[in-house]
Amino acid sequence: MDSLWLIPLLPALGAAVNGLVGIRLFAKRTAGAVAVAAMAAAFGLSVLAFVRLLQLPAGVHEINQVLVDWLPAMPLATHDGPSGILAVPWGFRLDPLSAVMLLVVTGIGTIIHVYSTAYMAHEPRGGVARFFCYLNLFCFFMLTLVLGNNFLVMFVGWEGVGLCSYLLIGYWYGKTPASDAGRKAFVTNRIGDWAFLLGVFLIFFTFGTLDFRAVQEAAAAMPVEAAGWGVLSTIALLLFVGATGKSAQIPLFVWLPDAMEGPTPVSALIHAATMVTAGVYMVGRNAVLFSQAPMVMDTVAVVGVLTALMAATIALVQTDIKRVLAYSTVSQLGYMFAAMGVGAFAAGTFHLLTHAFFKALLFLGSGSVIHALAGEQDMRRMGGLRRRLPITYATMLVGTLAIAGVPPLSGFFSKDEILFRAFLENRIVWALAALTALLTAFYMFRLMAMTFFGGGRGATADAGSGRPGESPAAMTGPLIALAAGAVLAGFIGIPGALGGGNAIEHFLEPSFSASLPVVPPAAAGPDASAGHAAGGAPASDGLALGLMLFSVAVAGLGIAGAYRVYVQRPGLAAVLAERFAAPHRLLTHQYYVDALYDATVVNGTRATGRALAAVDRRVVDGTVAGASRLTVLGAWVASLTDRTLVDGLVNLLGWVSQEGSFGFRRLQTGLVQNYALLMLVGIVLFVGVYLVVR
Amino acid sequence: MSHYLSLILFTPLVGAGLLLFVNRRHESVIRWIANAVALAGFAVSLPLWFIYDRTSPAYQFTERLPWIPSIGAEYFVGIDGFSLLLVLLTTLMGLLAMVSSWTAIRERVKEYYICLLVLQAGMLGAFMALDFLLFFVFWEVMLVPMYFLIGVWGSANRLYSAIKFFIYTLVGSVILLLGILALYFSYRAQTGVYSFDITAYQQFGFDPAVQWWAFLALFIGFAIKVPLFPFHTWLPDAHTDAPTAGSVILAAVLLKMGTYGFIRFSLPILPDATHQFVPYVAVLCLVGVVYGALVAMAQQDWKRLIAYSSVSHMAMVMLGLLALNPVGITGSILQQINHGISTGALFLLVGVVYERRHTREIAEYGGLSAVMPVYATVFLVMTMSSIGLPALNGFIGEFLILQGVFVAHKVWAAVAASGIVLGAAYMLSLYQRTMFGTVTNPKNDGLADLGGRELLTFAPLIVLAVWIGLYPKPFLDRLATSVDRVIARVSPEYGPHAMVECGAAPTAETAKTNPAAAFLTAVPCGPDGKPLPQPGTGAPR
Amino acid sequence: MITETHYLVLSAALFAIGVVGVMVRRNIVVVFMSIELMLNAVNINLVAYSHHLQHTVGQVFAVFVIAVAAAEAAVGLAILLAFYRNRETVNIDDMNLMKW
Repeated sequence: MDSLWLIPLLPALGAAVNGLVGIRLFAKRTAGAVAVAAMAAAFGLSVLAFVRLLQLPAGVHEINQVLVDWLPAMPLATHDGPSGILAVPWGFRLDPLSAVMLLVVTGIGTIIHVYSTAYMAHEPRGGVARFFCYLNLFCFFMLTLVLGNNFLVMFVGWEGVGLCSYLLIGYWYGKTPASDAGRKAFVTNRIGDWAFLLGVFLIFFTFGTLDFRAVQEAAAAMPVEAAGWGVLSTIALLLFVGATGKSAQIPLFVWLPDAMEGPTPVSALIHAATMVTAGVYMVGRNAVLFSQAPMVMDTVAVVGVLTALMAATIALVQTDIKRVLAYSTVSQLGYMFAAMGVGAFAAGTFHLLTHAFFKALLFLGSGSVIHALAGEQDMRRMGGLRRRLPITYATMLVGTLAIAGVPPLSGFFSKDEILFRAFLENRIVWALAALTALLTAFYMFRLMAMTFFGGGRGATADAGSGRPGESPAAMTGPLIALAAGAVLAGFIGIPGALGGGNAIEHFLEPSFSASLPVVPPAAAGPDASAGHAAGGAPASDGLALGLMLFSVAVAGLGIAGAYRVYVQRPGLAAVLAERFAAPHRLLTHQYYVDALYDATVVNGTRATGRALAAVDRRVVDGTVAGASRLTVLGAWVASLTDRTLVDGLVNLLGWVSQEGSFGFRRLQTGLVQNYALLMLVGIVLFVGVYLVVR
Repeated sequence: MSHYLSLILFTPLVGAGLLLFVNRRHESVIRWIANAVALAGFAVSLPLWFIYDRTSPAYQFTERLPWIPSIGAEYFVGIDGFSLLLVLLTTLMGLLAMVSSWTAIRERVKEYYICLLVLQAGMLGAFMALDFLLFFVFWEVMLVPMYFLIGVWGSANRLYSAIKFFIYTLVGSVILLLGILALYFSYRAQTGVYSFDITAYQQFGFDPAVQWWAFLALFIGFAIKVPLFPFHTWLPDAHTDAPTAGSVILAAVLLKMGTYGFIRFSLPILPDATHQFVPYVAVLCLVGVVYGALVAMAQQDWKRLIAYSSVSHMAMVMLGLLALNPVGITGSILQQINHGISTGALFLLVGVVYERRHTREIAEYGGLSAVMPVYATVFLVMTMSSIGLPALNGFIGEFLILQGVFVAHKVWAAVAASGIVLGAAYMLSLYQRTMFGTVTNPKNDGLADLGGRELLTFAPLIVLAVWIGLYPKPFLDRLATSVDRVIARVSPEYGPHAMVECGAAPTAETAKTNPAAAFLTAVPCGPDGKPLPQPGTGAPR
Repeated sequence: MITETHYLVLSAALFAIGVVGVMVRRNIVVVFMSIELMLNAVNINLVAYSHHLQHTVGQVFAVFVIAVAAAEAAVGLAILLAFYRNRETVNIDDMNLMKW
């Protein structure tokens, strides 16, 4: 597998075929088959590439390929003089980190493509081809993002997935909320991209290159900015702001819940498993750089854990099944950032991997429920679906247990690793993360209880009992596959305390460390480079085990609480909501963040636009109009002068000659004989005078 | 000496002359002739792309004949990388504008096509002229047909807009002429030679005081054309009331005259004054970027919105020039081409629905995706190109400009980059209001999707947008030596031959101050000035 | 003996008759004829002096005058005819368009 670029190219081809030919000609099945085939082939190539990566000799951890020059070499000054050269290739790189992402994107992507063939079967023919065109295009951009070896190629994918997200959220473009949500997602992401771009500019200015590896090595050679704010911290902060846009963190998380207007497979693929994790991936990509900026690392950790907590609390009261999962995604992404922030890059990536499985599973499961209930998304109108949708129920239960962190499912290992590392690094982060874990377990079992337990309500009851509930095999198959993943994925990262090797951490480590010897930190800052703290000392095994038991207990507590409130005493939830009315309202309104943004940024910008348009019309154009009016006025005055004074003189002359001519013209009788007579008189006179005077 | 450029320049004029002899009642004959001439014009200019020598820093295909010997004015034309791209853009957009008018123009057909052809000759001449007076003549020649295009074939408020356009730009022209004359007499005073030869001016050091005043005069003349805030108000009116082809030519080519003027005249001829003026002009540009975008957001008229987006984009192009470094200037030139492609296409797109519905009110539309899917797709691609989505052309230009500006001044880049956020906001809002939603207006129900001829006009633009986005190297290569020449005048610190494919290998000295030096993508030079062969291509490792 | 004086007197008399005819007659045809009289008076004068001075140029000039008179008569009569067709009059008092 020498051609990494083939991997993104395959879905691009699929998109092109479906887009150019499929929308007009393909049957639904053909369109789906083309898209699935493209993704499956990409997955096959990815596995081959992964195998090749594993077979590399010791000490070599990456496959680097440059396809062609993109931006040819141009001189551009960097901070140390005008000798720098800006050159960006279309370069692709496979290293452990991108390999993990590659497998997630192509693997889960393929599964979701299969699922979509059934989920979208009720759409009109051209619409299905359009959907698969977008979906394949998304995978193309996502793979470009993952495989790019420099910031600019990554940015192609980074913005490209944003476009596809826009198109897929707005897939049902006839619905205003859908198109609104798409636009909101794109513009919010653009705000993050603004910071990301500035970060890229500053990276070039500082390092003279945009290649990830070169930047990491160069950053590692610079002193850790523990004591003071420096250029590395600025870069890291800008990049992180970019990540908050893509990965829906505070303050730019508002677009993700709205993005649930898109079809459910889209939510699963883009807004759970892949695109939203791009921010986490990007931070991981720049792990060395971030490690050199401890203050930004703290910011990342705090923002991450606060987002996790906030989203989890909002999820407690949501009634739309997809919005619960959306806030859950925001919350879990916060977890990943918290991990990145405490220096546990491998743990964060591990959680990214496991989350991709169980969250995609949960979304597809919810899609199966929605599919069975003909579009109903309100959990208050569901219930008792356990027997009607047994496979969906079973697989979703697996996903729920995984996300709640019940051993030995995958979420347990990844989440526990994060909690352990947070405990070592920052107790406050750890405490908040543990609280989030409790809430996670609670709201996920609330979702399960409201959907699958109890009696039928609303839509469930309407559907009648005669109707077969379970979704077709093309939907349950992917559910089962993802459930298997959610169960098994954790075993690649069994921590040392449980006697495992933590394989994934060792595998990923080369991606998070510089190959050069790290300059010892100038100040007494924490040594944040990922390699050192990995695994932990054997002495802390007891601590690790203790923390593990604690988090299991927390998960159990959450589950038990949800079981009590929503299964055993169904009326209790309403009572609680009434008793804590104010906090409840705060949560149902998502802390009024959307309202706040609408009132300030959105309406502020619009109002400024309108005001400036008025200014433009009245003042700027008014000045022009004023100048023209002044000119007209001047012209009027001049013409007045011209008429009276200048032209007056001319006219006077004309008048005098004209009036004078009245007298003389009498001489002109027009009679030839008169003229002849005058001539005669004249001649006689002249001759007479001549004779006399002589 | 070849007459190749003259051939390109006079093809449209010959066509216009030919049309004079066709009876005005034979409209379809006139259409066929005009379109054939435009196609011929494009076909004739296309070989330039291939035979242009990208390694030579000199002006190419020059032609030099005495014109008014007593004052030293010459018929002196020639092109470099900038004009090469702009000439090709002009012939292409001229052709597309011509094709797009096939059914849109129904009255005074003969005069219309003659105007378009004369306009094209004027634009080509302005891009080719290397004699300042000749440039000015062509600069004025463009004005008249454009005036008639807006004033005769425009929409409701056409007379007001046409007169405003004409007088506004004429004021600029007069001041520009003053600047030209100042340089002319100053040159005469110092060398004793009467000459308008700008290749000589570009190697001549004018007195700083003269430079200051000349820059100011040239600045006003060019800034009105760009148009730079606050000289922009003629643009929305002119765009709104011009016929489709007029808007397309105006946006795609005419606006480039201003920025072209800066890069061809102001920067290389007046480098000292440029340095003095840069901070002030840059502020105007920054205001323009944000202001244009915000005002665009509040527009209710489809064409006005795009017109204000042009104000924002062209301010960005200007800002790239003011970075005064190779990347900024290269990006600026490329972005001019990009803006020509994407905004030209957007106006063509508006023209398509205007021809069907005869309204530009955004509120009159909605849900067009359902009735005109191909149209919606093309519109999406061009919207994305306009807001700088990576992998399409707009991004390359914006990235190069902003990276260049960032190196020159970080705050400028931060402010200017906000233009891309606002750009997404107003363009997507436009897209949503026109394309998405359901068809609420019954008049939109049976709208026909793009026909074959219309699709044909968009195909080359889409191809170009993707090509420049994915592989801009052929374009950037053709600009390299020309950028180098300008840089040598305004930023000599980049060295006489800055635009090279190799650079000095990092020394121990630089390695001390820049830890990244060892990873710089510089390719060391061999003894012949060519890059040394590298083990493996591209970035290190 | 007829001397030069007689010729001159005849010439002067003829010329005077012509002048009076031009001045007083209302019929334009008659005015034309009067003009012819004046021209022929001049001719007599010319020939008389030619004989007196023994120089042929006078006779040559007389031939010129006859030629010019013929041309003048042709043009004049043509105008006259055109005028008559338009106005149906030959009265010279009605020919007063060329005034002011």
